[in-house]
Amino acid sequence: MSYIQAENLIKQYGAGEAAVTAVGGMSFRIKMGEFVAVMGESGSGKSTLLTMMGALNTPTSGEYSVDGLGVYELGQDQRADFRREFLGFVFQSFHLVTYLTVLENVMLPLVTVKTNGRTKRAMAEDALSRVGLDGKAHRLPGQISGGEQERVAIARAIVNEPPILLADEPSGNLDTKTSREVMDLLRSLNEDGMTIVMVTHSPECAGYARRLLRISDGLLVEDIPINGSAINLECWSTGVMD
Amino acid sequence: MNLKDIALRNLRRRKAKAAFVLAGLLIAVSTAVALLGLIEAMNQDIQQKLEEYGANILILPRTENLSLTYGGLSLGSVSFEMEEIRQADLVRVEAIKNAANVAAMGPTVLGAVAVKDRKVLLAGVDFQATKILKPWWQVAGTAPSDSGVLLGSEAARILQLKTGDHFKVNGSNLEVSGVLAATGSQDDQLVFTRLDTAQSLLKKEGRVSMVEVAALCNACPIEEMVRQISVALPDTKVMAIQQVVQTRMETLDYFRKFSYGVTAVLVLVGSLVVLVTMMGSVRERTSEIGIFRAMGFRRSHVIRIVLLEAGIISALAGVLGYLVGFGSTKVALPLFTGGNGIAVIFDPVLAAGAFATAIIMGLASSVYPALLAARIDPTDALRTL
Repeated sequence: MSYIQAENLIKQYGAGEAAVTAVGGMSFRIKMGEFVAVMGESGSGKSTLLTMMGALNTPTSGEYSVDGLGVYELGQDQRADFRREFLGFVFQSFHLVTYLTVLENVMLPLVTVKTNGRTKRAMAEDALSRVGLDGKAHRLPGQISGGEQERVAIARAIVNEPPILLADEPSGNLDTKTSREVMDLLRSLNEDGMTIVMVTHSPECAGYARRLLRISDGLLVEDIPINGSAINLECWSTGVMD
Repeated sequence: MNLKDIALRNLRRRKAKAAFVLAGLLIAVSTAVALLGLIEAMNQDIQQKLEEYGANILILPRTENLSLTYGGLSLGSVSFEMEEIRQADLVRVEAIKNAANVAAMGPTVLGAVAVKDRKVLLAGVDFQATKILKPWWQVAGTAPSDSGVLLGSEAARILQLKTGDHFKVNGSNLEVSGVLAATGSQDDQLVFTRLDTAQSLLKKEGRVSMVEVAALCNACPIEEMVRQISVALPDTKVMAIQQVVQTRMETLDYFRKFSYGVTAVLVLVGSLVVLVTMMGSVRERTSEIGIFRAMGFRRSHVIRIVLLEAGIISALAGVLGYLVGFGSTKVALPLFTGGNGIAVIFDPVLAAGAFATAIIMGLASSVYPALLAARIDPTDALRTL
């Protein structure tokens, strides 16, 4: 059974003749535990799709459900609860809160959860341990490297153990070596059962996924299963995605 | 970590903005506290002066005759029939609306008597009431008993009498029980004895020549008390005295109104400072708010963070504002009261009011920025990063 279902999702900005269509009617289904890469040129609608999947951006029309729950039938507060319970976000620019320590950043999704402080702290420390940042809990984001910041962002995304991870260009600001470490981490999380949808420009990163959705001009133009290394080599050899 | 921790961390990070909000609230609250403290202290000062001045209402018999004195000069050779007040009527004063404000009422009977072949004015008074009505009296000796008298300083000098001496009035033997220190008033010329003794000596039983009243009423107009007594005693002429105190109270009233005006303006300006600063702070934090929303914060959580920040600064401003205002009152009070020893005391009502004002100002001014923060579109917010 499909875990995530999108039916004819459309997102337009503006109205009338000035309306711009960012997503022009996309339908897809994702099973629980899948690792899906979303690729496409700049402005193709990848990020808009991701924000709609994250209940952050209401579609102009269409239906979207997760685990049978019609996300855009929910009110604002319920959508916030949905994000907290179902989703972890990893952003390209890390999006860490600069005045909070690494540990406090990781604890952010737990702030509004009714659990005692000690439990929240233990959960955050566990998440940091999973991404290999045990010793840097009390540093500020500005005091750690870009790769470590990305790991903090991943720790924050998984701290409340959501079933879905939405990642927007998770390696966009990282060097090759650090990118591979981050992607290894995502693959590991997927192997543990987490459903991952990742927007990326990088064919190498897409190669870590098991399925590719290719988008162009707001439309889904390709939906294929992939073998990581194969797509990688193909993309690099043809330069299609550059 | 909870919402309060986030609010505190943000305040620590944006110290300049927090200080600006604090300053806006602090100036308004401390000025309000200082002005209200000054008014209260000056009020006490006037109350004290009222007590020092003693009588401030005079009840005289209604007469159709014109005064034969002017500038302290009396045409002594002219005599006229003196009218009097029935002593029994005075109980009506105790029934007036503001009777509680009557601190003392001193009926006085006056009459000329001969002492050692000299004409002197004998005054029968209630010595208990006189202690309140004339607190400046200094007596060398003791208060008179039934047949005792108190001599004014001039009367004692001219009559060559001193404490312990005896003399006769209308056949009655009287003893000088004390002599008044010079007061610079007409009291220096008089011979004082108990009211009933004087009434007996002057053959004026049950009658009094005038009544002095000390009304301690700095909250109600003295004219109102005069009116009430006039109604209670229709055959008398009731006059307010101590115009100086009244004038000063009017001045204080103007100062009070001015202070309220200044406080209102400062509260308005302070609130605008908070509003503008908090708006700026929210705009600066658009991306951060987007992250919070993406992490599952509800709009109400965002509102609470902003209001918590405002509440924390406001509480601090309330406490500091009271302390600064209190200190300012202490420093400024001598300039307003001439340093006559009025103490500025801790007023829990003013302190609570200052705290509440700061909190209300801070929170009310932050409601709109908080709503603005809650309405930020998380998608737009995250795009700004």
